[in-house]
Amino acid sequence: MFDIFDIYLLEALVNGVLLGGVFALLALGLNLVFGVIDVVWICYAELIMLGMYGMYFLYAQYDVPFLLAALICIGGVAVLGVVLHIAVIQPLLGTPPINQLLATGGVLFFLQSAATVMFGIDFRNLGIRLPVLEVADMFISYARLLAFGAALAGMVALYLFLARSYTGAAIRAIAQDRQIMPLMGVDSRRIYVITSAIGGALAGLAACLLVLQYDVQPFVGLTFGPITFLICVLGGLGNMIGGFVAAFLFAEIISVSGLYLDLEWGYVFAFGFFVVLMFFRPQGLLARRS
Amino acid sequence: MRRWAPWLAAAVALIALPFVYHDPYPVHILILVLIWSFLYTSWSMMGRFGLVSLGHGGFMGIGAYVTALLWNYLHVSPWIGIPLAMLAAAVAAVLIGYPCFRFRITGHYFALLTLALSAIVLQVITATRDFTGGSLGYTPERYDGGSSIYAVQFLGKQTWYLIALGIWGVALLIRYRVERSMLRYALEAIAEDEDAAAAAGVHVTAEKLKITVLSAMMTAFAGALYCQYQMFISPDTVSGIGVSLQMVFAAVVGGLYVPLGPTVGAAITILLTETLRISFGTAAVGWDNLVYGTLLVLFIIFLPQGLLGSVLAALTRRPAPAR
Repeated sequence: MFDIFDIYLLEALVNGVLLGGVFALLALGLNLVFGVIDVVWICYAELIMLGMYGMYFLYAQYDVPFLLAALICIGGVAVLGVVLHIAVIQPLLGTPPINQLLATGGVLFFLQSAATVMFGIDFRNLGIRLPVLEVADMFISYARLLAFGAALAGMVALYLFLARSYTGAAIRAIAQDRQIMPLMGVDSRRIYVITSAIGGALAGLAACLLVLQYDVQPFVGLTFGPITFLICVLGGLGNMIGGFVAAFLFAEIISVSGLYLDLEWGYVFAFGFFVVLMFFRPQGLLARRS
Repeated sequence: MRRWAPWLAAAVALIALPFVYHDPYPVHILILVLIWSFLYTSWSMMGRFGLVSLGHGGFMGIGAYVTALLWNYLHVSPWIGIPLAMLAAAVAAVLIGYPCFRFRITGHYFALLTLALSAIVLQVITATRDFTGGSLGYTPERYDGGSSIYAVQFLGKQTWYLIALGIWGVALLIRYRVERSMLRYALEAIAEDEDAAAAAGVHVTAEKLKITVLSAMMTAFAGALYCQYQMFISPDTVSGIGVSLQMVFAAVVGGLYVPLGPTVGAAITILLTETLRISFGTAAVGWDNLVYGTLLVLFIIFLPQGLLGSVLAALTRRPAPAR
């Protein structure tokens, strides 16, 4: 059964890598916001849900071309990120961090039920059926391949932005020392707003790709929200490379156990693996031993 | 004696209520308020010391499902099943709590790690759908179609009201005892500064574990009781992130730091839901959570002490009137 040439196992492994790309993309924005502002957006998956609705209405209802719709969506969710930051996070920046987490929990309730009230609880999809690639007897989802590619591109773009641009340097500086950098002339409020916008934009990008794989409904965030948080924690909150590794680990566990058992058991194993690993590496996967 | 008189009168009035006022619907609402108050009080026992857990949905799910499954499959009376379920929750609490406290995982990390617990319980219930009915929900079997002390099933609303009132009183008593114990001082010191508390001789891991296990067992008990009363549970109503956040919401809105705060929170949330449901019917779907979410954000920003907490603080802060 564990023969390496088992075509089903190989297919599961390949699909796991692709799923890992999707997870990595999901974790990217959350990790950035956490690393810089030191805030966990519990409602992150709900921002993605709104982005998916945006795609649905633009593409399926108003016949906007896919790429244009995607751009509008990314911009829209970026604006949502900024609004979230200014309306909810900013007034709470001086209070214990857990208050910020709980307040975004309130936003989670708000967005879920706002979507329920506005759009109803019907499952909606774009009506695009992307072909399934057949490579060497393996079936590989084209939508996942696309998401994987976009995740890689998003990560490279983010890396270049942080490493090369002036604003990127300021963002990294703020992430390293929140007290000193404002004294060095970095406007932390402006940096936080920019970071929230980028975090939102990444959520928007994830939304454009996820809408190809999942039907949209107000509670769709619950299907991938918890796993995104766990990936970020496992990688070490704010540690993007750690998040990347954790995303692929989780995806492989889910994909391979989904092959032998149900998909839910894949999630159970992934969560269990997470708890066990936290015993050994409480500061995250790639934390240096102190 | 005179000091106790108003409390005695309130207790008598509460006990007598369903016998004077027979309408079953308000009594049903009162029972729900009392059971959920018990649950929110259990959560607030940890939350008030800065241990914000999102895993209590998991403990509640364990309490409800273990009791119901033992009853249906092995015909174990809830009198034994509920303690077993509480034990299971305690084991889960130690499993998740010990590494957290031992390795100083606090704040966001603690909240997200405990979130993993609720997520695991939710997924296990869904994955074992052959036994638990999955997301369709689960019903404990009726015992000979009627009331039975052995099965902890009662048809009369008044019986349930008295039970719920009793356990609610016990929850307040437990909280009162904790407030008066050394545990409280130790935990407050830890909440202020873990290293300083450890240096002063407080065993941080042990003290935190004590309150976590106590809170988890109470939550499991409430989950089991909720199941016995409603005779129907589904993974979404007793476990997962939604229920966990709901506990946070009610406790924060009522007031985390005052004993009756979670009760006020339970009363507000349930009355709000029921009012919306009665006045708008199915058109109200979603509106209650919309209001909750907005209120939670507003309360954390403007009234972090909660409704009752702020009212009490305003009352005590006011200087005595000049004569």
